[in-house]
Amino acid sequence: MTMATDTHSETPALPLLSVRALEKSFPGVRALSGVSFDVARGEVHALLGENGAGKSTLIKIVSGVFPPDRGEVIVDGTSVNLARPDDARRAGIATIYQELLLFPELTVAENVFMGHAPRAGAGRLDWRAMRDKTKELLASLEIHDLYADRVVGSLSVGNRQRVEILRALSQDARILIMDEPTAALTEYDVTRLFDIVRRLKARGVAVIYISHRLDEIFAIADRVTVLRDGAHIATKRVADTEAAELVQLMVGRKIESLFPKIAVPIGEPVLEVKDLERRPLTKGISLTVRAGEIVGLAGLVGSGRSELAQTIFGVTPAEGGEIKIRGHAVDIRSPAQARALGIAYVPEDRGTQGLVRPMTVRENFSLAALGKVAVGGFIDRAAERKLAADGVKRFAVKTSSLEQIAGKLSGGNQQKIVLGKWLANQPKLLILDEPTRGIDVGAKAEIHRLMGELAAQGLAILMISSELPEVLGMSDRVLVMREGRIVAEFSREDASQESVGAAMMGSHDNAEKAA
Amino acid sequence: MTAASLTRAGADPRRLLKALVSQEALLAIAVIGLAIAVGFYNPRFLATRNLSDVLLGNAYIAVAAVGMSMVIISGNIDISVGSLIGVLATVSGTLAVDGAPIIVTWLAPLVVGMLVMALQGAIVAYLRIPAIVVTLGMLSILKGGLISATGGKWITDLPDSFHLADIEIFGLLPMPVFLMILAAFLAAFWMRYSASGRAIYAVGGNAEAARLCGISQPRTIVMVFALHGFFAGIAALLYATQLRVIQSTVPPNLELTIITAAVVGGVSILGGVGTVIGSTLAAVLIAEIASALVFTDVSPYWIRAVQGALILITVIADILRRRRMAGA
Repeated sequence: MTMATDTHSETPALPLLSVRALEKSFPGVRALSGVSFDVARGEVHALLGENGAGKSTLIKIVSGVFPPDRGEVIVDGTSVNLARPDDARRAGIATIYQELLLFPELTVAENVFMGHAPRAGAGRLDWRAMRDKTKELLASLEIHDLYADRVVGSLSVGNRQRVEILRALSQDARILIMDEPTAALTEYDVTRLFDIVRRLKARGVAVIYISHRLDEIFAIADRVTVLRDGAHIATKRVADTEAAELVQLMVGRKIESLFPKIAVPIGEPVLEVKDLERRPLTKGISLTVRAGEIVGLAGLVGSGRSELAQTIFGVTPAEGGEIKIRGHAVDIRSPAQARALGIAYVPEDRGTQGLVRPMTVRENFSLAALGKVAVGGFIDRAAERKLAADGVKRFAVKTSSLEQIAGKLSGGNQQKIVLGKWLANQPKLLILDEPTRGIDVGAKAEIHRLMGELAAQGLAILMISSELPEVLGMSDRVLVMREGRIVAEFSREDASQESVGAAMMGSHDNAEKAA
Repeated sequence: MTAASLTRAGADPRRLLKALVSQEALLAIAVIGLAIAVGFYNPRFLATRNLSDVLLGNAYIAVAAVGMSMVIISGNIDISVGSLIGVLATVSGTLAVDGAPIIVTWLAPLVVGMLVMALQGAIVAYLRIPAIVVTLGMLSILKGGLISATGGKWITDLPDSFHLADIEIFGLLPMPVFLMILAAFLAAFWMRYSASGRAIYAVGGNAEAARLCGISQPRTIVMVFALHGFFAGIAALLYATQLRVIQSTVPPNLELTIITAAVVGGVSILGGVGTVIGSTLAAVLIAEIASALVFTDVSPYWIRAVQGALILITVIADILRRRRMAGA
């Protein structure tokens, strides 16, 4: 799988950080299979890949969160053993995660020196030194609007991130890993961040920069490494590549054994959404899903797809715009109301949102349809058992009995229950959020087959998926979301890995004209 | 193969085994086994007189444990119940001494109990404040208010007709035991077969999934607290009428005994799992152990330590069970 295309394009004599043939597996998933790359002193090296490509696993190994199964990490020519985050810190590696890990009640100086505060004899903290050193660090980065004594909780996101950077520098970090640092920043803060990154570069700090935004990579990075499905695909000098090539490298995956959607007659609109608003991630969304149609909603994590689904389903009711169900304008304020209107929502995270793990298979199946099996407030056990038995049969759930505790089943079988429980309610519109994430190939194919059957029966399906092959294989139409907006729409014929991928990433050439 | 492999209830020997090792069965075996064991050591323990005293004196704890189980199954907890029982007993007794109709003295604790608990449930559900904090506040208010209002005086001169606990159903089953059994069975039936009962398990098992299924979490929590208040009212009535006097203070550590009964009865402290029958049996077992200590010449002060050990054992078993489930 590894195409070692020009991996060593201008690798300097002795890289500051090298990872060699890293491998890591989790139960059921091969997260990394033999990834190698180098980062030089003063280099900004971007890591690029789809969700699940292995970027997170890679940075967690380098920052000592967990060890690799095989392979080594070399810092400054010496192989280092990164068993704990503290080992990484000592090796001069600091990581700034997307969720900033700060103590909001403490001051900037306290946060910067948390865990390695200067001491003044007898174990007392040297507050003066702490403040002075913080001021020095601030001055060295020419940050003049941040004060050592401010409480971090009162700072903007951009300033909090600067505190994290100061924290890394206070530990003499020579290698700085930044995981999607601009995801929550304003444009102004992005400019400031780039300014700081350039200063760090000038000091010889090596920066590993993870971002989905291609324009940023072209603005700040020297080289870029593309990962896909846990494998190293290519390392390129940014000057020698272009957006289209990177997208191609990222998504260029063969479409595996899928059940493509069968063409069925498309009926009347079931869901019509117009100018739907729910800040911050649903901005003027308009879309239509018709009976018998599967509409795929593509986009990166954080593009607002799940938020849109939850707004339609009444979890976070809309603040503006219009929703029509089968031609009737409705105002959905709660999931109970959405359910009554014939909407079903199978959430992304079945562990926390979908399944009641301690309950039995029977009880989970009937949970969304209690009104149907209860007479006068009391559950008709026979009707409930029949409903559950039908669901088990229809969805081929592998369970020893209806009284099996649902939490003990495999992920694929749990997902079938979550899906089946909603269909017990005979919905007209089915919203699926990542319907096959984290389940094995066999269960995946079965779920795809079921989706096709349901569409053939006239159900309207809105499917959110981060897996392009799934989106392309299952959808009659593909909508692409980015930053809370629908930025492109493709018919089944026009949708390709390249066109949809480009719209997701926001490389302007393709996306805009399609939208 | 899957539909075919669904087994008929009862036909499978593994299911029989599973039913035997259920928490309820284990508790029932423990209750009987302990009686036999202590009976060998000291036959007086098995005297009808002693056994009925154990049940009569502790039925109110078992009744309160029914409501507590529901609250814990819903993913909450209530530590104010002991104080509430003290207050409700005093309210009921004071009304009786003041000459209120007997039916009023019996219904007042139920109504007041439901109101106080529904209020707490509403604060927990709608203001999203953890139940332990809300009920801790209520514990202090009730306890402090009671001692300030009554000065801890004993309520005496209660009319004879007030003594609910003296009534015997069909001339043989004393009222407290009857109410204990009735409460446990009605609540068990309701938890098992009603849609609202199912909602309690769903909210406690996975609040987010329940919400997405259209179950209102706040309404469920208010309901569960109100029901708990109803059972606390019955408990208070049994407590108030068991002796000829009511000491108008809060029985010490009562809430802890009630919570112990619920937890030892198999109710998961993390919510979503448990039965009210188990809690009732556990309340009986704890009362039996306390009595057994006396009959085996062990200091009765050990009962607290025994309760503590029981709690730790059941909670550790519960957590291990959950871990195994999460790993599967």
